[in-house]
Amino acid sequence: MSHSQAAVPTSSHDDIHSPALLHHFATEEQQRNASNFGMWIFIATEVMFFGGLFCSYLIYRRWYFGDFGAASKSIDATLGATNTAVLICSSLTVVLAIWGAQIASRKLMIGSLILTMLFGLAFLGIKGKEYKDKFEEHHVPGASFSFENVSIPGHPDQYANPRHAQIFFALYFIMTGLHALHMIVGLGIFTWLLVMAWKGRFTPEYHTPLEVGGLYWHFVDIVWIYLFPLLYLIDRHP
Amino acid sequence: MSMATPIVTPVEREDYLNKEYGVASWLLTTDHKRIALLYLISITFFFFIGGFFALLIRLELLTPAGDLVQADTYNKLFTMHGQVMVFFFLIPSIPAVLGNFLMPMMIGAKDLAFPRINLLSWYLYIIAGIMMLHCILTGGVDTGWTFYTPFSTAFSNTKVIEAGLAIFVSGFSSILTGLNFVVTIHRMRAPGMTWSRLPLFVWAHYATSIIQILGTPVIAITLVLVVAERALHLGIFDPKLGGDPLLFQHLFWFYSHPAVYIMILPSMGVVTEIIACFSRKRIFGYNFVALSSISIAVFGFLVWAHHMFVAGISVYAALVFSLLSYSVAVPSAVKVFNWTATLYKGSIHYDAPMLYAFGFLGLFTMGGLTGLFLAALGINVHVTDTYFVVAHFHYIMVGGALMGYLGGLHFWWPKISGRLYPEGWARLAALIVFVGFNLTFFPQFILGYVGMPRRYYQYPGEFQVLNVLSTAGATVLGIGYLLPMIYFLWSMRYGKPAPDNPWNAAGLEWQTQSPPTTFNFEKQPVVTWEAYNYDEIDTGHKQEAKVVA
Amino acid sequence: MFDNFPLWPARASTAAGNVDALYIFLIIVSGMMTLLVFTAIVIFAARYRHRRGVLAEQIEGSIPLEITWSIIPLGVFMVIFVWGAVVYFHSRTPPRDSTDVYVVAKQWMWKLQHAEGQREINSLHIPVGRDVRLIMTSQDVIHSFYVPAFRMKQDVLPGRYTTAWFHATKAGTYHLFCAEYCGTQHSGMIGSIVVMEPAQYEAWMSGGNTGPLSASGERIFAELGCATCHRSDTQGRGPSLQGVFGKPVQLQDGRIVTADENYIRESILDPGAKIVNGFKPVMPTFQGLVSEEQVNALVAYMKSLSGASAAKTNTATAQPTAPAKGNQVQ
Repeated sequence: MSHSQAAVPTSSHDDIHSPALLHHFATEEQQRNASNFGMWIFIATEVMFFGGLFCSYLIYRRWYFGDFGAASKSIDATLGATNTAVLICSSLTVVLAIWGAQIASRKLMIGSLILTMLFGLAFLGIKGKEYKDKFEEHHVPGASFSFENVSIPGHPDQYANPRHAQIFFALYFIMTGLHALHMIVGLGIFTWLLVMAWKGRFTPEYHTPLEVGGLYWHFVDIVWIYLFPLLYLIDRHP
Repeated sequence: MSMATPIVTPVEREDYLNKEYGVASWLLTTDHKRIALLYLISITFFFFIGGFFALLIRLELLTPAGDLVQADTYNKLFTMHGQVMVFFFLIPSIPAVLGNFLMPMMIGAKDLAFPRINLLSWYLYIIAGIMMLHCILTGGVDTGWTFYTPFSTAFSNTKVIEAGLAIFVSGFSSILTGLNFVVTIHRMRAPGMTWSRLPLFVWAHYATSIIQILGTPVIAITLVLVVAERALHLGIFDPKLGGDPLLFQHLFWFYSHPAVYIMILPSMGVVTEIIACFSRKRIFGYNFVALSSISIAVFGFLVWAHHMFVAGISVYAALVFSLLSYSVAVPSAVKVFNWTATLYKGSIHYDAPMLYAFGFLGLFTMGGLTGLFLAALGINVHVTDTYFVVAHFHYIMVGGALMGYLGGLHFWWPKISGRLYPEGWARLAALIVFVGFNLTFFPQFILGYVGMPRRYYQYPGEFQVLNVLSTAGATVLGIGYLLPMIYFLWSMRYGKPAPDNPWNAAGLEWQTQSPPTTFNFEKQPVVTWEAYNYDEIDTGHKQEAKVVA
Repeated sequence: MFDNFPLWPARASTAAGNVDALYIFLIIVSGMMTLLVFTAIVIFAARYRHRRGVLAEQIEGSIPLEITWSIIPLGVFMVIFVWGAVVYFHSRTPPRDSTDVYVVAKQWMWKLQHAEGQREINSLHIPVGRDVRLIMTSQDVIHSFYVPAFRMKQDVLPGRYTTAWFHATKAGTYHLFCAEYCGTQHSGMIGSIVVMEPAQYEAWMSGGNTGPLSASGERIFAELGCATCHRSDTQGRGPSLQGVFGKPVQLQDGRIVTADENYIRESILDPGAKIVNGFKPVMPTFQGLVSEEQVNALVAYMKSLSGASAAKTNTATAQPTAPAKGNQVQ
């Protein structure tokens, strides 16, 4: 278990360093490594956080396959697919923003940041439309929930059990709602990144907040990439 | 022992305590040592709240009839005793106080990787604590700390949502602490501080942090589901609406079992440091002790359903989880053997920290062995949900974790406060705690086997003698806990000023001032020696010469 | 043992001895281990007390020792595991011809129904020497049926049946506790198991009998109109229930499940969950229209159509089995 390399470079004679270097770090490289590593760990915690929901969803999906199929059919896969495309594009623009910082192109960096946020807003808008539809169809769990006489995909003579369908919708709203909450937080983070970028705080040597914020955004994107097929596409017949 | 005149430190050196005064300098600090003290005060506060509830519980149980408090009140008492002690005392205790204070120094760093996030962790803890207090003061919660559904989601008439949200917030405090520690240990070690030169205290905290990072989010989401279900009448866990109450139990225990390792691993780290120092030797089997900490963290995630053997899981699931539960017992046994072997041919001193370490060794061994009883399926059916389980986990958490915490507080008190605690009183307190503890909890093993269920405020008469013994022990134990509180506070004003290394201990933290300066080290240390180099220390090779820029 | 200072409960079932034997083994093993460790600590702490001028001897470790004290405990643990598993397996496998008793738990009482029809609240009379199987469900929250003298405990869940069994060996009155926290009067939800000699038990049974549970079930079956669709010939809209209980059933989606208590219960309360092959999903749900006791009676009736009852036509087809909904009712 021995390891002759120390984690920290042995000496730092960087008397001139970026104002962003915090006092308890020896070098900027150490600070950057620590920040990135910290965000990866945070992402691991988020995976576990969503994991509990995915686990519950998969269990009920298996037990109430038909009822969940019926409920799933009632959410709009076209809107879902559009949102998937929107998020994938937004992850691209995040990468472009970081690229912009790396090549010191202020225009590319700031433009990409703005585009990312616009995509994020578009995602939320489409989500809002989906929620509105569900509200109008009385598919929101609670007192006014109603899911009568909806047939199970592939079994036209059999109706879905409304109680089981309600579990689908409960999980649907909690999972997509939690995801949307993370998107909103992401937009907040990117607003702050935009302000910092505008003020010229990012250079090819220092743009760690962009990297770390980008990691977070990619993670939120990946959660959706899993949510979409699980919620919208299983047992869907054209 | 002179207690009459306050002793004034002859030379007023600057340290982290006197660098700045004022409330703002404490509430906005990013110094890991000050944050550790903020935690120390807060968790002590919650410890006494949880302890107060315990006192009421034991008083009620003096008589078979339910005559001290009403049934609903009793149910709230044991619930809140559990929640406060688990989430607001045990989980933070050693990591947030001793880990925060010492770990950066032990690895030669100036601070944790993310000092502001460290402060945020404390604020989250305080916010959660305020929410919990509010819940307690405005009616409390009676679901048991385990929140089983559908009772908690559809039947309890108490403040389940508020308690659930308070614990949710406290969970994030724990997660951020774990995150901070892992990044710090990976990235902030001083030059020459390789993984195999790390103090085992650091290894223990590394393993603990992994559990905090991966496990806590699961209880967070579980509490979200419980709160949502209760508020919106969903049916995720309610069979009447198509849900499954066992799903809750799986999700809950997936965190709550590893959580008990969050509570014990740091304590094991403390005990390792103490035993090495007071035996004046390197820990026997360093690699195995380090590896065992990681093994406990990993295996700890694989055994959760041993809390559910009679819950309605299949026979096959029960067999698998029982088998795995025995696997997690092996690394714990290995540690006990390594600690004992360290004593062999040592040069042993009996100062108070070592007495607490001895207490830990004995009580953790007993508690761990009773784990074997519980993991045995045939026995589990009889003793689960009885006082046998209560005794088992108190042996580990109080006899183990808490004694380790107290031992650590004593060991590092000179470093933290710059003062010496009164040794005579400390040894007495250790003895009182040990005796009181056994008197309180050993009878409970018997109570459990003869059939007294948990969470009962009235019981058949034949259980009374054992209950009375237990309550008597609890009062002794309480005195044992009050004593350190009193003399630690006393020592801050009247205690002898402490030398920088009163124990002549190994470890970079002892190379700093007592109390340390804000940035810990004058110059960054460069480590060229192995951990626990007591041979070099005791034969006069000074370590200070090796601390160079 | 001692009246005011008991060390273990009475041994009143076949399981009790097995559990106690393992317990005593564990006490011996733990005692030896504790003694070993404590003795070593005390001896080392005394023998290697700090003495002026005597240095500690730095010992890095010993891999053979580490391996030894990992393997040996692991071996002992495996012995304990196997022993415990055997005892457990036995306790979760009721013998074939057990007498059924239906238990409904609710906040904060136990309601029991014998197959022969006797109803009891918070007490259970049973004869010595008979295998008794409890089929239990809860009306509200999770409870747990715990009889220390039998070393027997099983959580009782809402929404499904769980089962447990015992074979009482000694007459007497023993505690029944609820062992899963269930609210205000959790500690008041206690009762007695009264084990009687067979003759006394017969005498007790014959007093105030309301008829066997299956007869109540037959009555409910008629009252609720079940017979309209579930006819004993093959003309009904629903499958005939003759001889169905305990046998495999093929479902519409191809799955094959066993018609156990949980299956019957589900078919009454959530008929759309499993549709028998060849039938339409037209059965209405009786959720909210039948109490747990009535469901128990119907289950008892279904059982009577399968084994004990006289010759009626049997339309069940024999096929390989699979458990219902993944839940084991054992």
